[in-house]
Amino acid sequence: MLEPRKNSVAHLATSFKILTRRFTDLALVGAALGLMVMGRVDVALIERVRVTTVDAVAPLLDALSQPTATVSIIIDRVQKHIVLDREMTFLRQENDRLKHWRNVALHLETKNQKLQKLLNFTPDPALNYISARVIADPGRVFVRSMVLNSGSSSGVREGQVAITGDGLLGRVVKVGYQSSRILLLTDINSHIPVITELSPSRAILVGDNSDRPQLAHLQAITEVTVGERIVTSGHGGAFPPGIPVGKVVSAAEGNVRIQPFVDMSNVEYVRVVESGLSGFLPMNPNFLKGDKNP
Amino acid sequence: MFWQRLDLIARSVSPMAITLLLVVISALPMHIPSFGTVSPILALIAVYYWPIFRPDLMPSLAVFGAGLFQDILFDTPLGAFALIFLLVRMFIVSQRRFFIDNSFVAMWLGFMFVTAGSLAIIWLIISLFNVAFISPTAVAVQFFLTLFLFPCFAWLFSRVQRTLLRQ
Repeated sequence: MLEPRKNSVAHLATSFKILTRRFTDLALVGAALGLMVMGRVDVALIERVRVTTVDAVAPLLDALSQPTATVSIIIDRVQKHIVLDREMTFLRQENDRLKHWRNVALHLETKNQKLQKLLNFTPDPALNYISARVIADPGRVFVRSMVLNSGSSSGVREGQVAITGDGLLGRVVKVGYQSSRILLLTDINSHIPVITELSPSRAILVGDNSDRPQLAHLQAITEVTVGERIVTSGHGGAFPPGIPVGKVVSAAEGNVRIQPFVDMSNVEYVRVVESGLSGFLPMNPNFLKGDKNP
Repeated sequence: MFWQRLDLIARSVSPMAITLLLVVISALPMHIPSFGTVSPILALIAVYYWPIFRPDLMPSLAVFGAGLFQDILFDTPLGAFALIFLLVRMFIVSQRRFFIDNSFVAMWLGFMFVTAGSLAIIWLIISLFNVAFISPTAVAVQFFLTLFLFPCFAWLFSRVQRTLLRQ
């Protein structure tokens, strides 16, 4: 007599359990969707949560990224050994060439100084550097960004420019106390005023999450040639002028592509540069997404 | 008694801890010269594996949290990966019998479909968010990378399961 009742109670309990589980799942799906919508509306709050969390895990990232850096050094060394002979001949030749260029540069510098004095020229403001290590390089498909191990405690501020020895990398978009995030110039939200060195014509370098960003709003498309160097123009004040960005690799009609000088797959140290200008452009990339209160 | 309980807790949180660790690892800079700039979504492997064998140790809330953590580190819209991981878990739990009964190859095939679906949804979300077309080549590379890393991690997880979580 008791058997069926026990069963039905057990049955009820199980179905109740399934029901609550379903409800939890649905509630969490709703929460995820809600967060995405909220991220569009209340940017400030979500950003604060993001920055604080990255800041909290920054020491862990810092520690864990050390071994991968060591591995990188080993790989680099092995690669160098393989091509040592060829490399040496190449370097000797390059050294000869560079010695020549050094002389030319010294000569030109003296000449330039004399002419500047003659013209009463005001030089570009000197740049201040903060060196930082890349501790996370996560967004490579959907978002292109890197996390640095320096934040506001070392003087990093939003809108500063990140460069390496090779050229422009991107700019600082989020700053925590001990970490900061830079948006790479290949990211879909990156728009950088540049100038072609030879032509010279102004343009905007627009990322599209591919390895080769595109030159948009070119003044004169026909004049751009493959191999031409692209540098920042400094227009708008967000970037200092003259930072090498990349070179033109394809100049098809309406689709000019740039190969950045910086090898984005292997960046270990970054210099964060204060442009020295306050900037007329809003520093927050969300402004470009149409956000009204950056 | 206290140590025993602590030991038990430590063992039961290991799937969640592994998932969070995988998020961190996939975010680390690999510094492999000219290796390319695409990283696999390692956490997806954990979010796929654990609900098949130990759904009790990988509850919805844990999966949701791991997704949020991934969103924060990867700078994707907050909630995007959380949604994906949740959907994957819901799918796995509803089809658990199939995955447990079948061979490893079937599991790998299942993972292929799950990864393809997840990446397609993420790609759509990010494209809509930026109102732009994101190059699908990198997504395809990410798909294959994640897919081919699956056996290594699945083997690793099975070792963890056998040594730490023996019932």
